[in-house]
Amino acid sequence: MLPEPTPETRHFWEGCRDGELRLQRCTDCKHTYFPPRAFCPKCASREVEVYKASGKAILYSYVINHRPRPDMGTEPYAIAVVQLDEGPRMMTNIVGCPQTPEALVLDMPMQVHFAKQTDEISLPLFEPAKG
Amino acid sequence: MKPKSIAVVGAAETTRLGKIPDVSVIGLHADAALNAMKDAGLKPSDIDGVATAGISPVELAHYLGITPTYADGTSVGGCSFMLHVRHAAAAINEGLCKTVLITHGESGRSRVGAGGFGRAPSSLMGQFEMPYGVTSPPTMFTIPVLRYMKTYGVSEADLANVAVIQREWAAKNPRASFKDPITVDDVLNSPMIAWPFRMLMCCLVTDGGGALILTSAERAKDFPQKPVYILGTGESVETPMVSQMEDFTSSKAFRVSGKKAFDESGITHADVDHLMIYDAFAHLPLYGLEDLGFVKPGEAKDFINERNTAIGGKLPLNTNGGGLSYMHSGMYGMYALQESVRQMRGTAAAQIDGAKISVSHGVGGMFAASGTVIFTNES
Repeated sequence: MLPEPTPETRHFWEGCRDGELRLQRCTDCKHTYFPPRAFCPKCASREVEVYKASGKAILYSYVINHRPRPDMGTEPYAIAVVQLDEGPRMMTNIVGCPQTPEALVLDMPMQVHFAKQTDEISLPLFEPAKG
Repeated sequence: MKPKSIAVVGAAETTRLGKIPDVSVIGLHADAALNAMKDAGLKPSDIDGVATAGISPVELAHYLGITPTYADGTSVGGCSFMLHVRHAAAAINEGLCKTVLITHGESGRSRVGAGGFGRAPSSLMGQFEMPYGVTSPPTMFTIPVLRYMKTYGVSEADLANVAVIQREWAAKNPRASFKDPITVDDVLNSPMIAWPFRMLMCCLVTDGGGALILTSAERAKDFPQKPVYILGTGESVETPMVSQMEDFTSSKAFRVSGKKAFDESGITHADVDHLMIYDAFAHLPLYGLEDLGFVKPGEAKDFINERNTAIGGKLPLNTNGGGLSYMHSGMYGMYALQESVRQMRGTAAAQIDGAKISVSHGVGGMFAASGTVIFTNES
C-alpha cells in the first residue's frame, strides 16, 4: 500500500526519493512540524520552509504485528513510532534489527534508512543508529 | 446545556446480539429503532429528529418513514452516539425538534450489507501510516501503549487483569458473548495479535445495534419508562492518526470531553456510582480512569488491581462486560450508553443497588475522538 502524494506533501516524498528526510518549519515561530501542510499548525502562519532533517531519532513506541498484512510478508513485523531529533514523531518500520521485544528497546537511538519501492516512492524506515 | 433539561425516554438494543447473519446493517438499525420506539410507546410519525453514524441519517429516516426537522450525521467513530446525545440535547433545548431517535447498527462479524475498511492512499493516513503495515485497530490503537507502560511501570499482567475483571462482570450478564471466567495467565497465554496485545486483551467482533430516544424533561414524565436525565455532556476530537497523538500516555480528546461533561453537570468524581469506559482494548479503561480524573496519571493499574472497579468495588466499571466480553460490533459507544441507561432505570443484569449517577465515556477511531455523557435518575 504505497502513499499517493498530494500537492502539500510532494516535497516530503520527493525528499525520500532523493535520500533526504524533509521537515517543515515555521519561519515566524520556528516550530517544526509533521505531517506536511502549507501552514504552521501552532501559530497558523503561512510563512513556512522545507528543510533537511538530521534523520536521527529515538524509538518511541511500537507493536509487533503477528498477523501480517498480505503485502508485508509472512513474518511478524514491528509498526513503530519514532521521535525525530527535531521534535515531530512519525510512524515507520524498523529494519536492520530482529523484530522482537528484546531487540527493540524504547528510547534506543535510530537513524533513517530509505527503502526504495518504485521510481517515485521510497519509504523512510529506521534502523538502529550506527556508532 | 442545562442539567436535567433532557431525558432518555426510549432505549433498546437489537433483539439479538452476537452472530446475526440474516440481517443487514440497515436492518439492525431498524430493529433497534423499532425496539426503542416500542419501549417509549412511540411510532415513527412521533419522531422529528434523527441521528446516526455508519449509515446516513437520510437512509435511516427514509427507511423508517420519518420526516425529521433535525438530522445529525456526525460520524467520528464509536463514540459518535455520545456526540449525538449531546447535539440532540442542544437541538431539543433550542426548539429544532421535540423527539430525537439515535440509532446504531453494525454487521461487524457477518458483514451483511457492510462497507469495507480502507483509506484513500492520498489521505494523511494513507500516506503516513498505511505504508507501514497497519491493518485494523489491533495494530493501530495499541501503538501508544508501550510508551504508557514504560512511563508508569505497567506490566502485561496489569493489562491482562483489565480483561479478567470485566469477564467477572460479563458472567452476570445473560446477553454477554463470553461469560466463562478467565485468569491473568489465560489472557497472557492467548494468541499473540500485536505484541504486547494478546487476543483476550482485544475486543470481540460481533453483530448488533442499539437505539435511544430523547425528549425534553418536561415531556419525559408522560412516557411509560422511568426517565433518565442528562446531567452533562462533553466532546472533542484530536487526530486522525494515532502516531500524531500529542501525548502517548494520555488522550487529549478524553481530557477535554470529560472535563466539559463534569463541569456542566456540577458533580464531583465521588458522586459517580457507575462508570462505562469504551474498552475496545484493555488499555482503554486505564487511560479513561486517568484522563477523566478518577485517579492520577499512572494510578489506574493499581486502582483496577485493588478491585475498585470489580463487583463490590467502589466504582463499578463496564458492568455489562464491556467490549472485551459483552459485545463489540465496531462502534461500541451505543452499548455503553445502553448499559448506563439500564443502570439508571434499575434494570441492568448486574444492577448496582441505589445507583443515581452514571458516566458513559466513549472513544472514536484510535484516540481520534471522544464523547462523554453523564446520566442521573433523579429529576
